[in-house]
Order: sequence, then structure tokens, then C-alpha cells
Amino acid sequence: MLVSISINGQVYSHDVEPRLLLVHFIREYAELHGTHWGCDTSNCGICIVLMDDPQSDQPPYPVKSCTMLAAMAEGYEITTVEGMPKPDGTLDPIQQGFHEMHALQCGFCTPGMMSTGRWLIERHPNPTQMTDHEIRDGISGNLCRCTGYDNIVKAIRWAAAYIEEHPESARTGAR
Amino acid sequence: MATVETGPGRHPEWYAHATGDKFGKVTDAPVGFGHMKRKEDARFIRGLGDYTDDVRLPGMVHGAILRSPYAHAKIISIDTSAALAHPKVAAVVIAKDLETLGLAWMPTISYDTQAVLAGDKVRFHLQEVAFVIATDAYAAQDALQLIDVDYDVLPAIVNCRKALDPDAPLIRDDKVGQTDNLASPLWEAGDKEQCDRVFAEADVVAKRTILDPRSHPCPMETCGMVADMNPATGQLNIYNANQAPHAHRTVYAQVAGLPEQNIRILCNDIGGGFGNKVPVYPGYVCAIAGSIVAGAPVKWMEDRSENLASTGFARDYLMYSEMCSKNGKITGLRVDTITDHGAFDSTAQATKFPAGFFHIVTGSYDLDGAHCQVKAVYTNKAPGGVAYRCSFRITEAVYLVERMVDALAMEMNVDPVELRMKSFIRSDQFPYETVTGWVYDSGDYHKAMKLAMEMADYEGLRKEQQEKLANGEMMGIGVAFFTEGVGAGPRRHMDILGLAMNDGAELRVHPSGKAVVSLSAQTQGQGHETTFAQIVAEELGISPNEIMVRHGDTDKTPYGLGTYGSRSTPVSGGAVAVVSRKVRDKARQFAALMLETRAEDLAWEKGRWYVKGDPERGSTIESIAEYAYSTSNLPEGLEGGLDANAVYDPPNLTYPFGAYIAVVDVDPGTGKVHMRRFIAVDDCGVRINPMVVEGQIHGGLVEGIGQALMEIISFDEQGNCLNASFMDYLLPTALECPAGGFELGETVTPCPHHPIGAKGVGESPCVGSPPCITNAVVDAMYHAKGIKHIDMPCFPARVWAAMNGNAEPPQ
Amino acid sequence: MAMQTPAPCDYSRATSVDDAIAQLDALGGNARILAGGYSLIPMMKLRLANPGHVIDINPIEPELNYIRQEGNEIRIGALTRHVNMLESDLLARTFPDIFREAEAVLADPVVRNRGTMGGSLCQSDPAEDLSGVVVALKGQAVLRGPGGAERVIEMEEFHVGPYMTAVQPTEMLIEVRYPIHKGFGGAHEKVERRAGDFAIVAASAALSIQGGTIREAGIACSAVGPTTMHIKRAEEELIGQAPSEQLFQQAGEIASADVSPNSDGRGPADYKRAVAGVLTQRALSRAAATALR
Repeated sequence: MLVSISINGQVYSHDVEPRLLLVHFIREYAELHGTHWGCDTSNCGICIVLMDDPQSDQPPYPVKSCTMLAAMAEGYEITTVEGMPKPDGTLDPIQQGFHEMHALQCGFCTPGMMSTGRWLIERHPNPTQMTDHEIRDGISGNLCRCTGYDNIVKAIRWAAAYIEEHPESARTGAR
Repeated sequence: MATVETGPGRHPEWYAHATGDKFGKVTDAPVGFGHMKRKEDARFIRGLGDYTDDVRLPGMVHGAILRSPYAHAKIISIDTSAALAHPKVAAVVIAKDLETLGLAWMPTISYDTQAVLAGDKVRFHLQEVAFVIATDAYAAQDALQLIDVDYDVLPAIVNCRKALDPDAPLIRDDKVGQTDNLASPLWEAGDKEQCDRVFAEADVVAKRTILDPRSHPCPMETCGMVADMNPATGQLNIYNANQAPHAHRTVYAQVAGLPEQNIRILCNDIGGGFGNKVPVYPGYVCAIAGSIVAGAPVKWMEDRSENLASTGFARDYLMYSEMCSKNGKITGLRVDTITDHGAFDSTAQATKFPAGFFHIVTGSYDLDGAHCQVKAVYTNKAPGGVAYRCSFRITEAVYLVERMVDALAMEMNVDPVELRMKSFIRSDQFPYETVTGWVYDSGDYHKAMKLAMEMADYEGLRKEQQEKLANGEMMGIGVAFFTEGVGAGPRRHMDILGLAMNDGAELRVHPSGKAVVSLSAQTQGQGHETTFAQIVAEELGISPNEIMVRHGDTDKTPYGLGTYGSRSTPVSGGAVAVVSRKVRDKARQFAALMLETRAEDLAWEKGRWYVKGDPERGSTIESIAEYAYSTSNLPEGLEGGLDANAVYDPPNLTYPFGAYIAVVDVDPGTGKVHMRRFIAVDDCGVRINPMVVEGQIHGGLVEGIGQALMEIISFDEQGNCLNASFMDYLLPTALECPAGGFELGETVTPCPHHPIGAKGVGESPCVGSPPCITNAVVDAMYHAKGIKHIDMPCFPARVWAAMNGNAEPPQ
Repeated sequence: MAMQTPAPCDYSRATSVDDAIAQLDALGGNARILAGGYSLIPMMKLRLANPGHVIDINPIEPELNYIRQEGNEIRIGALTRHVNMLESDLLARTFPDIFREAEAVLADPVVRNRGTMGGSLCQSDPAEDLSGVVVALKGQAVLRGPGGAERVIEMEEFHVGPYMTAVQPTEMLIEVRYPIHKGFGGAHEKVERRAGDFAIVAASAALSIQGGTIREAGIACSAVGPTTMHIKRAEEELIGQAPSEQLFQQAGEIASADVSPNSDGRGPADYKRAVAGVLTQRALSRAAATALR
């Protein structure tokens, strides 16, 4: 069946089996390799991308792309890590924060983790006031084996503070 | 200037927005050691890492492995006809097909053999039985269901204690002359008679049976490979996430009968190793054989259940131990160990050390006598044992000794820190030779322990514990002090498969004064592209932003044994320092010519040679480089160019150490353990990049939380693996860690024999934390209810059972 | 790309509730409703569920995602996402704090964005947190079949066994109705091996306390029986009594006695039995404190 999905503002249309998972559509058909996979049981969060319902006013939220059929994503806007920088290449504050605070080592969980981190900031009424527990609970669906999470928490705080100082760097849509 | 290499199979347009001034350059880069953000981040934060599953080659096909549903069974027949009839299936390979290529069995790193595909029988649950090659991965998985295997089920050995029972079924009946399930003959270290004398004179003896249960390194990226044999040229390109690419290449050359120079292994980015990516797995051999047979690139990526159930597990050490004291000081230790190697002995070990470095089990203490013996058995479980940041069995050794010290403190009725302080090797005793033959290089244990106690407010915690006890609450304070030996190793006694554990490094300074350093070490996230550039920067005064670190391609890098056992800084770091100094010495020769003086009249300050007594007259490394490549007249014996290579033979291991303190709260009604605080003081000698060191420590501490509280690979009586998915193999999330973060401290005791005074550190946090946290849980139970032992993992149900006097080792 | 993947299947979208049911009817039992997907798709990937056809009902979210009061009931649509229930002020006001507490520990925040009440209840995993809340609140399930025929059943009837519900192959769960009581206090207690894991044991307690006595009581324990266990005997002991720790301890003992746990990787049966009692007592104690706030 023909499936058309808007990813990072670009529409990818391919004839695929109905059972094709979204993560594989992203990796094999859209050829965006920044989204990874890590388990079979929807536990690890490595495959997380941001999904935006154009009809809803909620900011884009993380979904596990291994637990969605590609066909289910038609009509939504998907943002992968490749879509995080601005068109001119300027990094999203979450990306910069991960670099500043050494919140990545092997890089494998990083795209999914940054997606969740970005969502935590966007949906919180006062992001720089997030408690340790709120952040840790917020990323509890993302496993990391390398960093031990402390620096990831710091990176999310860094990004929240940066956005507060530079509101023009915040993004409210997947576009 | 981009410092990322493009390699085969990558699309140039992915880099279109990645070139330019900012890409790959890190702001605030020190010229040398110090806090420096990582250069490799540039591609990872953009999702431009190049992992094995990202490799796409024209004509590539996909492999999938059919695995055994039984732990022990004869294979009566395999019918592949329905799978072959599937329109998308190109081939189905079984053992008898591999036999014609001589690939049905492969050698292991421990001089055993392992079945690539099971032929006569299966010997562990989820062992490899058939390899399907199809045009897409979904079809390959579908085709697995079409293969019909007829099994005759046999009784399985699941408990290592039963492996040597006289009526135990013989697992390795494939081995000529094998009549029992002994995997490796008894190995011992220490002087038994001396040890017996020490025990005879002891005041107090503590005895424990301690299990370090089977766990799994479980990196976020599973194992996999793309094998690409070019039938016209005989060139085999292998894309593989692999911690020891040169060693693997040598093994493949032997196994596949291909000339080694025709095999190229490309490890681009690796999504975590932790020892999981050291062994050669059947899937790799199948992919290579598949590519040879199909004449097309074959990709095999395992799924998570395959990773957990069939790739190299960790630990599984059952230890019977006694520790004794005299006059308030620990004096002796004896350990009798059974180790479960699974169905094939594929542990990664230095040849002369079949039990790894377990005999460092005397730990941080000045003992008068010690003896340990280790017996390895086969069971019907997946092969492995040496993995998961273990430093070659040092996790097991430190777990044992630190649990025993606490046990002994209980029997002596003294504070566990006090017993340690009385028994530590003193700083004036270094270099210290242990009674099992290790020579520890340097250390100041008392200082580190005191610092940890200060940071934790140890006395305050003990007071709080008493107050809580009065209130019916359970709080535990756990202590561990570890010494490890890392950086294998000296060529005179450390080899793997006959390959000396030395590492090479090559350094080229270009006419522009920028450099490329090529390593044999293989990063899996440790930050080598930054830290090794910093080593060169420290030695030569070139900015790390201008030094490219090349690794991961066996065609372009010097030979070495890879990255595991915390050996990168001790061995490759030594090599890089040495090669940098060779370049610096050569630069001195050129500078002498440029400054028209003698080499011995020159002095070095970072970045330039200058005339002693006339510092205005000097040459920067940049100008020297330009000169070195120019047409200037060179004397006899001095060649043009500014490069060098070196192979570093470490004179000894390096011995990092640390003092850890954990604070836990235990719910008496449910047994749930909550990590409140974790204080870690680490000493790894000189730190190249403190930011990177701290990141390594954070990660290792969480792995310790995992092992102590929730990670286990367990089996039922039929030998079925019960933890082959993330629903049951539980890794800690951010919520399982102390909410306020880990509290890190450091002391610095340089390594006297290492060129830059550094010691390894990658595995230390994973070594020190499991006993620390387990000690904390036992401490909570001991003070509340007099319970003296529990084995990991401390699931709520297990803690509850222990509190009620029913502690059993986990199955 | 070798993650485990589903077997071949067909896919369609529903345009309305009645359209979804009509499709179910036409496909004759070989089709499954696909909502959030976090229960069904993992099972399909492990090939434990192999529907020939999946009907994606996410497009009818406007019709089925709601939390509203009607008369003396709160009605929640089957496609209401876990995150909606977690953040709902109406639920927090009407049933403090039971929904919030259960949703906060259900799966993980990412799953909660898409997972639905209907999906969780229809999965009928014996260890599932929300089912405990629904049973404790005496929720009633509204099922609709072909031609618009509806029936309303109690949760005990709804959960038939592990991964089995009373929903017929051509029916769909469309709503759950929760009776509102004055003086309400509720709580959800859970022990798990790790954040986000299914419960080793969980207990949900709902109390209505008026004039210093317990008028209504709902107690359910998860993960200690073939389905969520409704601890009726303990409820009966509480009605008409003044809340007290001693009373709740007795209720806990009854819960311990009445549950039917299995030994498995999460824990042995005797542990689960004992902890069912501990958590029941704690949940009741906190529910009472909330009710009296």
C-alpha cells in the first residue's frame, strides 16, 4: 500500500507492506539513519521520534517509532533528529546542550533522548523550574547504558535555560 | 575543517550542511589535558553517526538466524525446503553446508571450539541452527518460521554445581577425549600452605558462599555485521561493530583461509561495547560464509533477544570463601570458585590467565596469605563469561573481597570502614607485591577512603541510621574499596591467541602543522577522538581541534588488540605518548637545523623548541613541520617528513583504585531498595579529560546499580533463558539513580611507569559499585534484623525473603 | 534492521465507531482494533498475535477521547490517552488521587502519550495498573456491537482471564462509566522491580467517607490473580466503619488471604501474597487521608 509521511517537513511516499514499522520506514525508505532501534519490546526508547498532530495544539510529543506501523503515521508530522537543527544548520538548543554537558558517549540513544528532552521543555509551563524528579521521570522511557543519566539531566536543564534567555531558539512545531 | 572521515557506503550529501568552520571544532579546547568537549559529538547530535545497521551496499541481502527452542537436544533432521521456496529467500545455510567450507565450527579465544551452526546437537537455548538469506529483513524473519527442525530433547545441565556430577549428561561430546563437563582444568594462585598457616593463627574467620550471578553487558546497539566479499578481487570488506578489529581480522584469516591482507574490517561507530563486542559470533561467520556463497554483501543484525540470550554474558561465578583476621587486621583469604562458562568456552582471556585476573582478589589489603582456585564447567547455557566492564574477572574478584570484608567486619563486630582502614596497603608500601603475584604500582588508599567518608558525612549517616532504626525504618550504608589492574599487558606474559597485548600508534604531522594520529584502540563511546588528540596536544602543543584521530579501519591503523579491559589509556595512550615524543625528538633535529645550533642546546616548551638561554630564538612545531617537508638539506640519518610510529609494550598493568559509599533506603514492607546517594572517589592517576572520566564513572555506577538491584540472566529447569528481552532483563532508568546525581571525588596518584602517569578507568565504576550497593542492602538488613547476606540482584522479592531469613541464591 | 517484526497483515482506518464495528463484522474475527498500539504491536512483533487485519481507530479520536461528567457519573471514552487521564483536572477533583497515582506509574511517559484506556483494559494483562483503578471505582464497560447494539457490563464480567475479555469479536469497548461519590479518597500503591515495569503487586483503593464512616469501598489488587482481583470481602468489612489503621490492617489481611498469585520472574507467590496485604493497607490508609482532607 502507498504510505505518505511528512518527516522533517518533507513528504516521503512509498509503496510498502502494511506491516512495515515506522522506524523502518524512516531508516530504509526515507533513508534517515539518525533514528535507531534497540529492543523488541518497546522498552528502550532508542527509536523515539517526535510526532505532531496538526489538528491539536499540543506540542510535538515523543512516540516509539518501533511500536507504530508506518501507515499509522500518515497525516501526522514526524520530526527526527535530522530535523532538529534550523534550516540554516543552527543546532537546536537541546542538541547544543547535549554537547555542552557531555550528555552522550556512544551516541546511540542520543536522538531519542534529545527528542524526549525537547518535549519535556516544550510542554512544561516553567521549564527552568523542572525538578530532578520531573526530568528523570520524563526520561524514564529512554534507556542509556553509557552516560549514567546525570549529564543528560544537566543537558536538558542547559537547554531550558538557553531557551529562556534566547526565546527565538525555541521551536513549537515540527517544522 | 571537517575531522570526520567519509568511508565507503556513506552519502556525501549527508555532509552538505556539516562542513564549514563550526563543524567538528570544539570551542574552548585546551592544548593538552583538561576539560574539553568532544569532537565526535558533532555527528552524533545531528544523527549522522554511522553504525553497522546504517551500512547500505548495492545488492545487499539480509540474514536471519533460526535458533534452538531447547537447551540440549539431538538434531534429527532439518527441512529447509519450505523456506527455500519463499520467493524472497536466496539461500538457507545449515551446518552441513558450512562443513564443506570448513566453517561449521570455529575456534574461540579460549582455545576451545564453538559451533557456528549446530549440526549434531544443540547445546544451549537459542543456539544457532540455520541461517536464512533473503532480499529483505522482514522476509528473512518470515522464512525462519518455514524451517522445520526435528529435535530429540535431552536433559539439560543448568546448575553449575551439578555439571560435574557422575550422572550428568555429557555436553561436549563433540570433543575427542572429553569425558565430563569440565571446561578448563583447575587453576590456582597463591601459596596454599602459607594461607593455611595464616588461617590457623587467625582470631576470627568469616565464611560465605557468594554468587556473582550471570548478567549481560547489553549495549544499546546489538551486534551485527555486513560482510562483503568481492568475488572478482577476493577482497573481503567487513563492516562490524567490534572492539578488537585487528584481532578479529587475524582470526578470520585463519578460520576462512583468506589472506589477512585481503580482509578489511571497518568499525565505524559503535553503539556501546562493554565487552559484548569482543567475541567472534556465529552470526559473523554466517554472514561471511553467506557473502562468499551468495556473491553479494550480506547484512546480519541480531535482535535484542538474540543479544541477551546468545552473545557473551558476564560473571556467573560461584565462590566459596573464607577471610580471617588477627589483631583487628585482615590477614588471609581463600576462595574456591566454580565458574559457569556455558556450552562453549569462549571467554576472552590472556592465554596464561584462564581465570583472568581473578587472583587480584586480595584486593586493597595487606594480606599475609591467600589462595584461590577456579574450576570452569560447561553447562547448557550460552557461552561467554568475560564481559560487562569486568577487567578480566576483576569485577568478580572485587565483588568477592569487598563482600567478604563486610562479612568479616560483622563477625568481628567492628565498623566495616574501620576494618578496611586497619588493613589497607599503606602508601609507603608501594610498589606493593601481593601474595598472589601482582605488583601494584602506586596508591594512597587511606586518603581516598577519608575523602569519601568526608563527602558522605559517614558519621552523620551512621547516626541517622540509628535514628531511623528506632523508627522502624531501614537504611543501609555500603562501602567498597577496590583496586584493579588494567591495561593488559606486558608482552612477556600477556597474549590473546598468541598475539602480544601491545598496541601501535602512528603519528603524522602534515606540512600545515596539523596532525593525524592512527590508533589500534577502538572507541565505543569513550571519546577517543578527543582524548587521544589531547595526548598528542599535550606532547606537541598542537590544538586537539587540529589533530584527527583515525581508528576503526584495519587497513589504515596500526595493529593492536583493541579496547576492553580499560586498556585504551594505559596501552594505546602510552603508545600515543611515545610516538608523540618520537615526533618531538625528530622535530628537535629539524629545529637545530633551522636555528643553526645543536640539538642538545634546545629546550622544549609546549609547542616549540627554543635555544636554551635565548628563549626568543625558537621554532614552533608548525614551522618545523613546514621545514621538515621542504627541500632543505638534511644530514645523514635524518629523513624528511615529520612522522613516527611506535608499538608500546607496557611494563606492568596500571592499578586504579577507589573508595565508594552507597546509601540506600529499604522498604521493610515490600523489600524495595531505593538508591538515595552514591559517593565515588576514584583515583586513575593523571586524568587526560576530567569531563570524559566523570562520564565514564557515571555510566559504570549505573551498571553497578543494575547488577546489584535488577539484572540477571536466569534459566528454568529445562534450560530456557528467562530474561531474553527488556521486559525481563531490566536496565536502570534515570529514576533508579540517586535523584540528586552521583557525588564524585578524586585523588590523583600518578602511575610511575606510564608515559603520562595515567591509569585506566573505564571499568572501575562497574567494578566498585556492585559490592558497594550490595553491602548497603546487607547493612540495612543487618542492623534491622541481623541478616548477614544476600546475593545480587536485590529484587524486592529477594530482599523481602532475605529479611525473613529465607535468602536463597537466585536461579 | 533485524528487530522482531510482525507477520504480514492488512491495514485500514476507521472513519467512525460504527464504521470500525462494521469492518470488524465484515472481516469475520480475523481483525483486531489498533489504538495506541503499545499492547498489540509488541505482541504482533513477537508473533504472539497474528491478526490478518488491523483496524486503526486513531482517526476517530475526536469521537472517543473524552472525560466528562454526566449526571452522577464520569464517563471516559475508550480512546482517551493515558496522558489525558494523568493530567485531567476533572478526574483529579472527582477521584483524588487514584487516577493520577496509577497513571504516573503506568508504563512510561512516552507510552502514555499514545496508549489508551480502552487498549489497556482490552489487553487485560493481570498486572495492569489501570484495571485495578477501574475495578476499585466499580467502573462499568460500555460495549457496542453491529447495528449500534450496546451493552453495559461490570468489570468482573469484562475481565474474563489473562489477556481475555468479554468483548466479542465484532464488538468494541467505547466507554467506561465511573459512579461519583461524595467524600471520595483514592490511592494506588505499586511495587515494581524497576520504573515502568509491570507491577509485581499493586493495590487500588477507593473510599467514600461521609459523616466519619465509610459509605463505599472499592479494593482491587493487580498481578496477584488471573485477572485483577476484586477484594469484595475486605470491602464488606469496611462499610459502615470508621476509618482506622487497625481496620485497614484487617482489610490487608483479607486481601492477602483472598488473592491467587503465581510465582514467576517478578517474585514468588508467598511474597506477592504478603505484599498484597501491605499495599492494600497502605492504599486504604492514604485513600482515607485524602477523603478526609
